[in-house]
This record gives sequence, C-alpha cells and structure tokens, in this order.
Amino acid sequence: MVKLDEIQKRLIREIADLHEVPAGAYNFRANSALAGRNTTANIDIISKEDGSGIDIHIKPGTVHESVHIPVVLSESGLKETVYNDFFVGEDSDVVIVAGCGIDNCGSQDSEHDGIHRFYVGKNAKVKYVEKHYGSGDGQGKRILNPVTEVYMEEGSSMEMEMVQIKGVDSTERTTIAELKKKASLVVRERLMTHGSQRALSVYKVLLQEEGSSADIVSRSIARDRSYQKLDACIVGNAPCKGHTECDSIIMDEGTILAVPSLEAHHVDASLVHEAAIGKIAGEQLVKLMTLGLTEKEAEEEIINGFLA
Amino acid sequence: MLELKNISFSVNTDGTEKEIIHNLSLTVEDKKFVVITGPNGGGKSSLAKLIAGVEKPTAGRIILDGKDITDLSITERAQEGIAFAFQQPVRFKGIQVITLLRIAAGKPLSVSEACNYLSEVGLCARDYIHREVNASLSGGELKRIEIATVMARHSRLTVFDEPEAGIDLWSFQNLIRIFEAMRVNIQDSSMIIISHQERILNIADEIAVLANGRIEQFGTREEMLPKLIGTSSAQDACSRLK
Repeated sequence: MVKLDEIQKRLIREIADLHEVPAGAYNFRANSALAGRNTTANIDIISKEDGSGIDIHIKPGTVHESVHIPVVLSESGLKETVYNDFFVGEDSDVVIVAGCGIDNCGSQDSEHDGIHRFYVGKNAKVKYVEKHYGSGDGQGKRILNPVTEVYMEEGSSMEMEMVQIKGVDSTERTTIAELKKKASLVVRERLMTHGSQRALSVYKVLLQEEGSSADIVSRSIARDRSYQKLDACIVGNAPCKGHTECDSIIMDEGTILAVPSLEAHHVDASLVHEAAIGKIAGEQLVKLMTLGLTEKEAEEEIINGFLA
Repeated sequence: MLELKNISFSVNTDGTEKEIIHNLSLTVEDKKFVVITGPNGGGKSSLAKLIAGVEKPTAGRIILDGKDITDLSITERAQEGIAFAFQQPVRFKGIQVITLLRIAAGKPLSVSEACNYLSEVGLCARDYIHREVNASLSGGELKRIEIATVMARHSRLTVFDEPEAGIDLWSFQNLIRIFEAMRVNIQDSSMIIISHQERILNIADEIAVLANGRIEQFGTREEMLPKLIGTSSAQDACSRLK
C-alpha cells in the first residue's frame, strides 16, 4: 500500500493531478525507494534485477488502461538515476503518466535523472504525459535530467505532453525518437523558467521509413534571469513529414536560444520548422486591461493561455 | 453621462510635439447612441483611446457620471464601467474565446451564458467557444468576438473604434444588424461609435463630425444626416469597392 506524507502528496498532485491512488497500474517511487505498486491483468511492472529501475510490460491489445509512475523526492541531497523501460504491445491503446516532483528544503542538491525507453509495438497508441515540478526554499538545487527514447514500430502513434512550469533549477532533457513506416509522433512541450534557472531541451527525431511523421511544438517562457536552449532536430530518411515549432515569450532579463534544425536524406522528405521569440505584446496587455484586469493579472492570463 | 471638457492631446513624432486634438468638448448623455464621424486623420481613434484611458490628454478633464476619471488607469476606467472595442482586435495564442468572455464578464461564466454572447454576434457558439483567439480566426470572426467581449461587460459606456474596419461586406451586413439590436437594448448605458458608415449613422441619436482635432459639427441624426450624405463622413457600404 502507498504511504505518502503531506509534502509527497502535494508533489504527486502537482505532477500527476492525482489526489489518491489511481485506478489501474502504478508504481510510486518516493525518496529513492518503492512506495507502492499495482499491476493489472494486462500491465505488469517488474523491478530490474540490478535495482536500476523497472520494466513495464503492456500486453498486446490492451486498451483504455493507464499506467502511473510518479516519483517524488522530499529529502535534500538525494541523487538518483532510474531506468524505466516500457514495452507497449501491438494494437494497444494506453495512457502513461510519469513525472517527478522535488521538494528541497535543505542545502544539498537533489537530482533525479529518469531514463525512459519506449518500445511501441505495431499499431499501438500511446498518450504519454510527463510533468516536472520543484518546490522548497532550501539552498540545495532541484535538478532533473530526463532522457526519453522512443522506438516506434509500423503504424504506431504516440502523443507526448511534457510540462515543466515551476521550481526546477536545472534541467537537461533529451528526447530521441525513431519512427518506422506510418508511425506518428506528436510532442507538445511547455516550459517556463524563472529566477536563475537553466533549461536545455534537445530533440532528435529520425523519420526512418515511408509515411512516418513528427510534429514537435515547444512553447516556452523565460522570466527573470533564466536561460533556455531549445534544440529540435528532425531527420527525414524516407518520404515523410516533419514539423517543429519553437515559440517563446521572453521576459525580464531572460535568455532564449532556439535552434530548430532539419536534415533531409530523401527527396520526398517534407520538413518544416518555425521559431519565434518575442515579448508579450503591449496591445495584448492593453486589451485585457480594458476588460478590467490589472497589468499584472493581464500578464498572468497571457502566460497561462500561452502555456495551456 | 460622459463629459469631455476642453481636451487637448499631443503626440511626439520625431522629437516634435504635434497637437492632434484641440480643446475639444463633448457630452454624451445616458441612453444615447452617438456616432463620431469625420475624415481619416481627424483624431477619431485618438479620442476613443483617450476615453478608454489608453492615451492620456495633455489638457482637459474627462468626467464619467460626475466623477473625474482623467487620471485613472485603463484598468480603473474599465472598473468604472467603460468598455472599449478595438479597431484591430488583438490576437492571443492559447487564450480561448470562453476565457476572454469570462475575463470580460468579470465572473465565472457557464458555457451556455458564454454561448449567448456569441449567438448575439451571429457566431455558432459551439464552433467557437473553445477556439483560440489566434491567427486562425478571420478578421470578421475576430471583430464579432471583440464585440461579444464588450457586450459581456455590461458597461455604462461602450466605445467602438471603427467596427467596420477590416471586415468583408457580408460580415458588414451582419454587423449592422448587431448594432441595430444593441441600439434597441441600450437601456441605461450609452454608446460611442467611431464610424463613417452611412448605415451606422442611420441608427445614431446624435452625430458629431470630428475634423482637424475639433468637433466641427454636432447635432441630432435628423439635423446632421442630410448634411453628411454624399460626403466622406457618410459612406455607403460599397464605397470601399469603388
């Protein structure tokens, strides 16, 4: 049974919108130890023998089931690297919710590096949600360096929602994907940095076979003195469609580096990238102020909308 | 009631002060639908912005229902009951139509309440309520959403800056119908429309001609309209095609 303290429960709410133990399969990890696990007839979760992480096996044809694998760190000074491998069976249709919340009130850095590998079977459909959140007013940093690798078989599709809005001091996220025939990948990334945070987000998507497609859209906001680098690369090795978009709002003394890149090795690879960085338009603020909001409230509405 | 008393307004272009509104006075009574017309560059849009607080006058006072609002911010004026429909509606990435209506209403709105406002401006609510107010909307759609947000405010005084600008003729016909309906339901509020469209002048209670930064003529529709028909201050809908 899962036993979590109040801080851990709050972190879980932030990263997984969970108020209690979810239905379906789950694996809760708290302060580097297993805090609870549930498997179902179709979804099995097994600890790796060397203790480095877990394997999640989803049987072929599993539909309308979900897996939650939240991680919380509420002690200062923890540093961990965890390998989670997902084997998604053919023709299944599942929702996977991951995420990490760190509360660091101490003086030592806390770090969670999650390496997630997805092996998505033929014609399988996956919706993947990953949220990162940090809190606590200690001097110790909250660090998250996730690596996501996705291997997609023929006709499979995956939709990834990656969100990091608050409290993570340093993050270096790497997402690598390889798509076979008619596989499709959609990524929606939302990132906000503040204070003196640093965030690096790197995507490398290989469209390997005919009819594969990728759509990567990142929306980010850099506030205060924070730094962001967004590096999204799509490689087309076959007749395929790829689109990347980096759309950023810069505020205060923030720094944003957007480096979208495309690489085509086939004459029928159709690749597009868009990148835009700008401040909040004055007329947007004025419009919302004429509706009765203060300038501050108007700014919050614009940010909330942009990151929605 | 809105009173503009001896308003002057200057802008700074290339380091030189240029006065574009000169000692202007105008009173808009309650329950009145007042159209301000006049040639382009005459100061109409500036006047609309001065009333909404987007610009501040260099001289003169603005009085709403007996209260001096000259030094109030845009937000404070909105809270005092002034609504302002932009000539060029603003786009917002990510903000949905229902969110904008909720902000305008200043309270949580149910989907059906929000839909009512959209229906009033002739938009099929179901199709629009969760649309983003972004570049995917046409000029006509944006304009109608702009009007719906202004209606949702239930303001004492509403200022429309050239509602016909940037829309196609088909949308224009519908827009006139919306304004005719607003005219009927004016109740205790009042409206100022910046426009030189004859069809809008036709439903005015009073018409002011603003040219060269001054109110050159002011009177009831009956007095004013015969003088204006055929001039650039009262254009028919097709004038843009000629």
